[in-house]
Amino acid sequence: MTVSVSVADLSKSFAQVPALKAINTLFAGGQITGLVGPDGAGKTTLMRLLAGLMTPDTGAITVAGFDTVTQKIQVHEATGYMPQRFGLYEDLSVQENLRLYAALRELPEQQREATFTRLLKFTGLTPFTTRLASRLSGGMKQKLGLACALIARPQVLLLDEPSVGVDPLSRRELWKMVRELSGEGMVVVWSTAYLDEADNCDIVVLLDDGAIAYQGSPQKLSQRLDGRSYLASHVRGDRRQWLVRALETEGVRDGVIQGDSLRLVLSQAQPTSALKELVAAAGGELSAVAPRFEDAYIDLLGGGPGGHSEIAARMEPVADSRSTMVECKGLTKRFGEFVATDNVSFSVARGEILGLLGPNGAGKSTTFKMLCGLLKPSAGEALVAGIDLRRSSSAAKLKLGYMAQKFSLYGLLSVRQNLDFFSGIYGLRGRLRQQRIEEMIEVFELDPYLQSSPDVLPLGFKQRLALACALMHRPDILFLDEPTSGVDPITRREFWTHITGLVNNGVTVLVTTHFMDEAEYCDRVALVNQGQLIALDTPDALKASVATAALPEPTMEEAFIGLIETQNALLQTEALT
Amino acid sequence: MLSQLYHSVIKEFLTFFRDPGTRGVLLAAPLMQVLVFSFAASMEVRNVDIALINEDSGRWSQEFIARLRSAEFVGAVETVPTMQSFSNAVDRQRYLVGVRFPADFSRRIERGQSASVQLTLDGRRANAGQIASAYIGTIAAQMNVDIRSNQPQTRLAPGVELRHWFNPNLEFFWFIVPALAASMVLITPLMMTALSIAREREMGTFDQLLVSPVTPGQIILGKTLPAVFAGFFSGSLITLLAVYAFKIPFVGNVGLMYCGMLCFVLAVTGIGLTVSAVTNTQQQAMLGVFFCMIPLITTSGFVTPVENMPAGLQVFAEINPLKHYIIIVQGCFLKDYGWREIATNSWPLVVIATVMLTSATMILRSRLN
Repeated sequence: MTVSVSVADLSKSFAQVPALKAINTLFAGGQITGLVGPDGAGKTTLMRLLAGLMTPDTGAITVAGFDTVTQKIQVHEATGYMPQRFGLYEDLSVQENLRLYAALRELPEQQREATFTRLLKFTGLTPFTTRLASRLSGGMKQKLGLACALIARPQVLLLDEPSVGVDPLSRRELWKMVRELSGEGMVVVWSTAYLDEADNCDIVVLLDDGAIAYQGSPQKLSQRLDGRSYLASHVRGDRRQWLVRALETEGVRDGVIQGDSLRLVLSQAQPTSALKELVAAAGGELSAVAPRFEDAYIDLLGGGPGGHSEIAARMEPVADSRSTMVECKGLTKRFGEFVATDNVSFSVARGEILGLLGPNGAGKSTTFKMLCGLLKPSAGEALVAGIDLRRSSSAAKLKLGYMAQKFSLYGLLSVRQNLDFFSGIYGLRGRLRQQRIEEMIEVFELDPYLQSSPDVLPLGFKQRLALACALMHRPDILFLDEPTSGVDPITRREFWTHITGLVNNGVTVLVTTHFMDEAEYCDRVALVNQGQLIALDTPDALKASVATAALPEPTMEEAFIGLIETQNALLQTEALT
Repeated sequence: MLSQLYHSVIKEFLTFFRDPGTRGVLLAAPLMQVLVFSFAASMEVRNVDIALINEDSGRWSQEFIARLRSAEFVGAVETVPTMQSFSNAVDRQRYLVGVRFPADFSRRIERGQSASVQLTLDGRRANAGQIASAYIGTIAAQMNVDIRSNQPQTRLAPGVELRHWFNPNLEFFWFIVPALAASMVLITPLMMTALSIAREREMGTFDQLLVSPVTPGQIILGKTLPAVFAGFFSGSLITLLAVYAFKIPFVGNVGLMYCGMLCFVLAVTGIGLTVSAVTNTQQQAMLGVFFCMIPLITTSGFVTPVENMPAGLQVFAEINPLKHYIIIVQGCFLKDYGWREIATNSWPLVVIATVMLTSATMILRSRLN
């Protein structure tokens, strides 16, 4: 008998606002079903309903033959649910966490040891059994979360955005594990904001505004775009500017950067003459390519946000004319025995985007924090606009804007008060201050939310507000620490449109990210692993460095994984000899 | 730079008043505590049940018992046959006090000798027992005076007449409500400031502040002013309550009391901000608050007189801002303190405030470096 989860006429509202509207679907065993959709589409609500943690308003869900309302206990026994942040006990070790969940799941004593050995081996956590959960990297935490969710041998596995904030290497390992489980006949529902993951799923369910916009194989959805996906390869000069111009061209629905090429989605099967002219002017060649899931996804949800950044258009070019804006020399940070950042040196030129990439726990954040003056280096120095920020006067700090992954807004203040506060502490006054605040409200369309708390804003607007707060004082340098973590693709495109526009004005950007497609927007990418800077080059050069006969055109992700694995292997042999 | 400070202060006020939880904890809780504590934490002893073991058959023991029965604080007075049955009854907490008259009690008095009464107190109720024993002692002393005055052959002993200044009728509320009011002014600013930096660390907004041009000194100052305001607010509320609800006379100068309050709140704010500067989460900050608050209250002289503490603790009491502030508040309510007395008790507060606020700023700066 094969296991399945069926959903019939499911609706759920919160305070009269519908979150899910008449959902009908079937999740079959032996398949990975990807649950995708923009922020606030109802993905998490559906997951929680499937896990029997909420009661539907109407309709019914049957999980492995049990009803989620009347047979809650059986449903809990049959499912393994891994929420966005799995409830690991940070002060317990890996082994103790497993033991706790085994006890909670009432796993018989005689089966425990065998189960632990199997799961630890499966997740590759065997060498870390005594390590505290709080000391695990993001990727390892997710693996432990998965192990805990698998303790009772569930028939149905529900994974709610398991890969948010996880580096590509760990993401790939996680995916392999889940693939293996689904091969055993398990029902796997995997919700994700990564569309390349969705592309690998057997079936996708695309939610938009609480309703199913598409369900079926990802390939079938991609096929709808046959003849509309184009690649403008080998454009010369500033690719980001060509992308902006392409997105402004008639007939272009969406576009992203891919190495020195632009990937474009057209609204019709044939490129317009305007586009042909533009690509010719850029020195590129326009050719049709096979559509991928992301193209179809954006198209289905109404196309990309375009290439125009109103805020960048309104900001005057950066006046500071020095050529190097950020510089670090021999930057080192030790926490006791542990070296988080080991002798890292690089510089960022004016108007450049430098991407800081690396696995979880590689030392990205530590390096980043030392650069913005939030952490004292053990050795070496970090200069921003020629100044060490830790020792600098307040005036020097006016040069930089900062945006962190948590968005760091005051939830107890309204949107308007947040704008007031941040403009105030950056020393803006009087009419200029009012003018800048009004400008941000207008450009980012914050008007309907002015009296609300940032906490209740849709994620996209939260991000806009955070960016607005970081930009009001017109910084020359932007520090962005995972600014798009967990954000859906359309919102991310909009964000990068602004960054592109700002950089064109001469703003310098330092950004950390786990999204490989975002790395393509960077002028150069610094790859950090185990505290060391292992590569620093343009995205294309990094890709070329791992190219082999078997893999002539590696993607950014393949380059990332290749470079990291090579260095890890090197470090291991060093440790052995 | 002033505008940055202004915006920091506004932000603190807004976060303070927008959070219903904080509002409740910081404003309603102290009021509730004043009401509950002042009625419950009474130091008066009433309805004391007394057991009598009377081995004396003379008139003087009867006289003593008659006086005991008519005393206001006494509940039941019952005769028990033996010490053994008394001790059984005390086990069941039936009696607080046992009064035993030895066989020669009346005889010795008749002879003009001193006679003794044995008091046995239930040590488990030490406070009430002590107070009851003092009351009984007063009865004995009074009787002593009366006996001597009736016996012209002995010289009249000079009787001691007590007169309590500032609180002539020894009204218990007069003493406890001002002290409570002082303790309550401790809680609001301490909690508010201890949570503030820790909360920003938790939310991630603290990093955002640190990369902005705001300096650690401005951050501290920005968080101090709203706490002073909140302290004044709850302090005023409690003072009004004391004067109008509990009818405690306020004979001092209101302005001088506020001078003392300002120094006190600044000292407490310094302690709160130091706690907050060393903690990473609100949970840690809360534990820090309790860690500070209990010793601050127990060594303040509110529960036990400072003079009764061991020497080491007396030194600690000197650096306890609450000890000084209780003196100020009680002084303002009952004694009409002048500026000289206020200054004498306020300067330690100013020192504590300076040290603690500086240390909070230094810790922020050093954590940054």
